Amino acid sequence: MLEFLQQMINGLSIGSIYALIALGYTMVYGIIKLINFAHGDMYMIGAYVGMISVTTFKLPFVLALPATMIVTGVLGVVIERIAYRPLRKSTRVAALITAIGVSFFLQNAVSRIMGAKIYTFPPVLDNRTFMFYGLRFNTQQIAIFVTAILLMILLQVIVKKTKVGRAMRSVAVDQDAAKLMGVNVDRTISLTFAIGSSLAAAAGILVGIYYNTINPLMGFAPGLKAFVAAVFGGIGIIPGAMIGGFAIGLIETMVSGYGSTLYKDAVVYVILILVLIIKPSGLLGKNRKEKV
Amino acid sequence: MKNTFLNKKNLTWLILGVAFFFLIQLLIQVGVITPYYRVTMYWICLFAILGVSLNVIIGVTGQFSLGHAGFMSIGAYSAAVVLRSMPNLTGLFIGMAIGALISLFVSMVVAIPTLRLKGDYLAIATLGVGEIIRIVILNMKITNGASGISNIPYLISWPLMFFFVFVSIMFSANFKNSAIGRACISIKEDEIASEAMGINTTKYKVMAFMFGALIASLAGALYATTYYVIKPETFGINNSINILVIVVFGGMGSLTGSAVAAIVLGIINNVFQPLAEWRMIIYALALIVIMIFRPQGLLGTSEASLKTIFSLDTYKNALKGLIDLVTLKKFRVAAASTGKGKQR
Repeated sequence: MLEFLQQMINGLSIGSIYALIALGYTMVYGIIKLINFAHGDMYMIGAYVGMISVTTFKLPFVLALPATMIVTGVLGVVIERIAYRPLRKSTRVAALITAIGVSFFLQNAVSRIMGAKIYTFPPVLDNRTFMFYGLRFNTQQIAIFVTAILLMILLQVIVKKTKVGRAMRSVAVDQDAAKLMGVNVDRTISLTFAIGSSLAAAAGILVGIYYNTINPLMGFAPGLKAFVAAVFGGIGIIPGAMIGGFAIGLIETMVSGYGSTLYKDAVVYVILILVLIIKPSGLLGKNRKEKV
Repeated sequence: MKNTFLNKKNLTWLILGVAFFFLIQLLIQVGVITPYYRVTMYWICLFAILGVSLNVIIGVTGQFSLGHAGFMSIGAYSAAVVLRSMPNLTGLFIGMAIGALISLFVSMVVAIPTLRLKGDYLAIATLGVGEIIRIVILNMKITNGASGISNIPYLISWPLMFFFVFVSIMFSANFKNSAIGRACISIKEDEIASEAMGINTTKYKVMAFMFGALIASLAGALYATTYYVIKPETFGINNSINILVIVVFGGMGSLTGSAVAAIVLGIINNVFQPLAEWRMIIYALALIVIMIFRPQGLLGTSEASLKTIFSLDTYKNALKGLIDLVTLKKFRVAAASTGKGKQR
């Protein structure tokens, strides 16, 4: 039982990171129906920008986090402007291929600029372990969990309570109608990319702190897993992405804790395929009839 | 056109193919194609096979698959394992047959449930399948895990390679031009409409997927014996993207386009050998630029036929396509014309 609870704690902290990445996927998908394949790489970029801001600019964690989020958010907007906007009216497969291209570009550009070697992330948060009723708690894990939850609350407030949030929701429902109501659709989409990318960047820093190492290809697997999380919870639905993220994190830790570490990635893909076959709209999604 | 096998058109293609074979064979004999260029030539042949087979799935049937390298790896590993105990051509053929059977079986198991998905969902599901295949191979004893299989006997020769290129392109072309192919094309154009016309969409989608997987596994076996060494990461997502670039560049739906794209990319890779580390960046940029400025690729959905090969218009159009790409003009025009494709 104690072992199980311990796995739960580990699963929740990694799950909160998946949830942060999944939010970006789900927001972008909800608004322009694009699987932003490059989203996992925004997370990688976030980790690099975070490392640079901590080592070169000597920022403390509390400042490095927002700085990284802003820089990566701007990059997300630039990518949207250059690569995705010209394709907004084209087929979805064309947009997906472009997204794959962007993903590969980011990976390879970073490994050209920074070198393909693995960097060590400086320990910006103190790493202490304490016991509580026989359970091992790590201060870093708690910091990751709390930061992720705070960001999610912030996102909920932005989406539900502010004017831009209302614009985002309206564009997601019907772009043309939103335009008629005076919503600046282009700017709203850019803003969605900015928010999604900055959440991914936050996840990148948190992972850098947690695992200590970052490399140019680190975005691929978590990106896919976060996508699975978004699909699992119902793509396009923000609470769904959070639930999905935590669920995938828990499942992954349970598989590597009780089964085999080697197969933990395969299990996630199997879950993806099962969800897509059994209930493609996800946990919180509603089934929609296909229309001609 | 009459419905006989040996009509004029097929005969001309056959004669052209045989002439091409002997031309290259002669060049190898004389020494114009050195072993160094032969490596490039084999690369082109392998990726022409892979591109054409993926194009049957993506371009003809309109099902977006990102797991092609997975099926390639099944063929490669089957061949390598058999070749370990039987290092000759018989072993290669037995390995190919085993790989073909396994990948037919796997692709059928995968296809029946996943092909219910559409567009981007299907892409991610097939990507997941490719990764699952890779992880399973990584963890199996017989495949020697992460270090892979090395010292695979080098059995490839130009006649062997040519035979497989010719056969796979011929079968793919036949597939496209048959009743099955027309059913697949109608599924690509509009799945609901073709279902209403009485086409069993699931059946044809599964057929196309299995066909592509079968050819990919043959190419995988040839890959294993051409490059001596195979590792699980050789067949990761990078390789699937490589094949996708060829399909997109040549034109989704044009089998000959894929073959031409494989040749062009093979030559480009060879010329820009010193820039090898920039290659993936260039590939990635090429994908984006092609999608924005010329989403139909070099040849669109048209095939090079005998008539077009000997007509100037083809080259003019291809050149125009290249110029479009290089000059990055027609920004809005291209975006507007792609808008014609219905969005779902």
